[in-house]
Amino acid sequence: MKAYISIFRLRVAVQLQYRAAAAAALFTQFFFGFVIIMVYHAFYASSSQVQPMSLQQAVAYAWLGQATFRMQPWNGDQEVMAMIRSGNVAYEMCRPLNLYFLWYSRLVSLRLVPTMMTGIPMFIVVLFLPTGFKAALPVSAAAGGAWFLSIFMALLLGCAISNLITISSMWTIAGDGMQRIFPAVIMVLSGLIVPLAFFPDRLQQLLRFLPFSGLVDIPFRFYLGMIPASDIFSLGLLQLFWTGVFVIIGIRLVSMGMKRVVVQGG
Amino acid sequence: MSQIVVEDLKKSFKVARRQSGLLNSFKGFIKREYETIQALKGISFELEQGDLTGYIGPNGAGKSTTVKILSGILVPDSGKCEILGRTPWRQRKEHVRHIGVVFGQRTQLWWDVPVIDSFDLLKDIYRIPQQSYTRMKDELVDVLSLQTLLEMPVRQLSLGQKMRCELAASLLHQPPILFLDEPTIGLDAVSKIAVRDFIRKINRERKVTVILTTHDMDDIEALCSRIMVIGKGTILFDGNISQLRNAVIPERIVKIDFLEEPRKLDYSVARLTGQSENHAEFRFNPLKISANELIRTISANNQIKDFIVENPPIEEIVAKMYHGFKL
Amino acid sequence: MLDSLKLYLKLIRINIRSQMQYKASFILFTIGNLVVTIIEFVAILVLFARFGSLQGWQLEEVAMFYGLINIGYVLSEAFGRGFDTFDLQVISGEFDRVLLRPRATELQIIAHDFLLLRFGRFLQGLAIFMWASVNLGIIWNPAKVVLLIFSVIGGIAVFTGLLIMQATMCFWSTQSLEVMNSFTYGGVYALQWPLPILNRWFASFFIFVVPVACVNYFPLLAIMEKPDVLQSPLWFQWTSPIVGVIFLMVSLAVWRFGVRHYRSTGS
Repeated sequence: MKAYISIFRLRVAVQLQYRAAAAAALFTQFFFGFVIIMVYHAFYASSSQVQPMSLQQAVAYAWLGQATFRMQPWNGDQEVMAMIRSGNVAYEMCRPLNLYFLWYSRLVSLRLVPTMMTGIPMFIVVLFLPTGFKAALPVSAAAGGAWFLSIFMALLLGCAISNLITISSMWTIAGDGMQRIFPAVIMVLSGLIVPLAFFPDRLQQLLRFLPFSGLVDIPFRFYLGMIPASDIFSLGLLQLFWTGVFVIIGIRLVSMGMKRVVVQGG
Repeated sequence: MSQIVVEDLKKSFKVARRQSGLLNSFKGFIKREYETIQALKGISFELEQGDLTGYIGPNGAGKSTTVKILSGILVPDSGKCEILGRTPWRQRKEHVRHIGVVFGQRTQLWWDVPVIDSFDLLKDIYRIPQQSYTRMKDELVDVLSLQTLLEMPVRQLSLGQKMRCELAASLLHQPPILFLDEPTIGLDAVSKIAVRDFIRKINRERKVTVILTTHDMDDIEALCSRIMVIGKGTILFDGNISQLRNAVIPERIVKIDFLEEPRKLDYSVARLTGQSENHAEFRFNPLKISANELIRTISANNQIKDFIVENPPIEEIVAKMYHGFKL
Repeated sequence: MLDSLKLYLKLIRINIRSQMQYKASFILFTIGNLVVTIIEFVAILVLFARFGSLQGWQLEEVAMFYGLINIGYVLSEAFGRGFDTFDLQVISGEFDRVLLRPRATELQIIAHDFLLLRFGRFLQGLAIFMWASVNLGIIWNPAKVVLLIFSVIGGIAVFTGLLIMQATMCFWSTQSLEVMNSFTYGGVYALQWPLPILNRWFASFFIFVVPVACVNYFPLLAIMEKPDVLQSPLWFQWTSPIVGVIFLMVSLAVWRFGVRHYRSTGS
């Protein structure tokens, strides 16, 4: 366990160096946030119907989405995937560490640090933006607490998914053309691109059933008070459950994959 | 009128100073500190058409800076340079049309396509008329034995094969001047000889002026009539090999094989510099004692089976020179 | 000039040939790319299904904006790939080789690469644009077709200009400024929506600074024959793509300045 923590700490130090990238990401996130919110304003102004969420909630949702953008499983761990492609991953077997959890700890730092570098400043700023663009604090302390726990689970879930993407590169024949599809589909189903509440009513049940809402939609709904904070136990468990599923699948795939890599000789 | 005229070229670089430690890197993030490095402190030389010159010096001496300026890539701070009547950096496109450049470590050929396609592309890039292109290409392919390589993509070639193709590529447009930067690096013995023979041939037959930058002293010894040594931004030596030898180490080496264990090996006229079973090496100054006399002296006390008289390796001469100039 | 064009086509042909060596990979990439980009459009579909209209704009009209901007963007990615990967060329010293050839540097960099991989996005943009055009019942005449082609060229010009400026930054620091990417992605995202829904500052930025609106919003207004709430004159709608070309010219001037800097300070 200590070994994984030190790897985590090392990776954190590495990530902190990427200040230029963080500044650029912050800029991009604000930019997209503003545009998305302007679009929401225009849509809300066009319809007098009652919507699944209010404009203020949609605005807060959009900011939360941008602030946590960098922790989502957009792709696998590029460095590890390069190692797999080149065959150098065979050297990793010489280490006295479990490969799955080694890569998992890398991913946690890879997601956590950039997110905090841009997410925290962003979060503070959006609290003070002019009305129409500002995000409110969580509806209650309980909601905030539930959100905080849920976001942490979302991180774990996202890293499990990322790790699967990384591991799947051991089987890809010709590059990662297909590998981009799954993250894109996952991110739509998570509610990052569009809040799940906006999806047609008949799809709502299905979307709740899938594991991906745990990445974005569930934590955000806690924040907005759309789900009671007490649901954290059931929904948090759901997030953990799916994380566990992905982890177990990942562990199995890693051992299968490593045998394959060794046989092929990279 | 010399083909290449270099007069008092100067070039300095501003290099950002990186400091270690957290506080310093934070300071560095706000205000960068620079130090100025003088790469060239005023170098001058002239080359005639057909000169085959070696340009040597330790790393960081200013060799690549000189070559970059002469090829037109880099603009100097001051000084004059005229090649074929043009100033390289001012008339870049015209100038590079008349030079060929080969980098030992980097290729100018396209990686994934057959060599012949690269050649054809160069024909278009240099706007070579079809007839002279075909003639030159056929000649180069013949001399460098590239027939079997033409259809192969560059990535599949060995280092030796790649270098031969590079040399051909650099000469397709028949430049009167050729810059070679480490052309034999990493090559096996056979390829090195082939490359050197080729360079010698085009220099002699086509009077191509060659500037050879290298660390391989065998290249220098095999090819160069003239050597320029650069160190810390100035030219320390400009002359031929024997002048260089006599200036730095005026000694010769004699290596002797004996029929049996040698009886006497210390002499005042020569230094014993190496000894092993039935074998010894001496160094002597030919001005003080001739090789002939030395052999006679040694054979008076020992049974000599075989011997050879050599110059000290150029490496040693150059190393001693660098040392002498504290490079 | 003509022989530069011939040289460009030759270099690109070689590049495409070497990419096509990996046929299976290309097909997979295209499919993958197609699916990924369709997903981006799903967001628009979902929101329109919910809200019905966007301040007087229909789904199909937004689809026209979406389709055209993506076409311009993906084509610029294809052509400008050499500039996109320029940081690698500087680091590896490949740019020195470019300077050693008796040709313009811009031509050589542009001819360096042609990215086929995003072909899926191109297909998607084109399909959505055509679907929207049919559904809106747009009457195409030769003038509109010319304007459309002009707009695509203008779009390629703007995004390529951004790529060139980003590449020029490599002469000063090889940590290329990712901010330029924000303008590119941000421009594509913002201009898939009708310009008037954007706040005045954003709209002005995309008209006067990074003129994506001039190659997308205004020309499409003329093609859709829709009156402009921003009250742009008709002649401007018909000629605005030229602003994109001007932007490209500016970026080329910036590039040349960068090359001069590189040649006086070395690498």
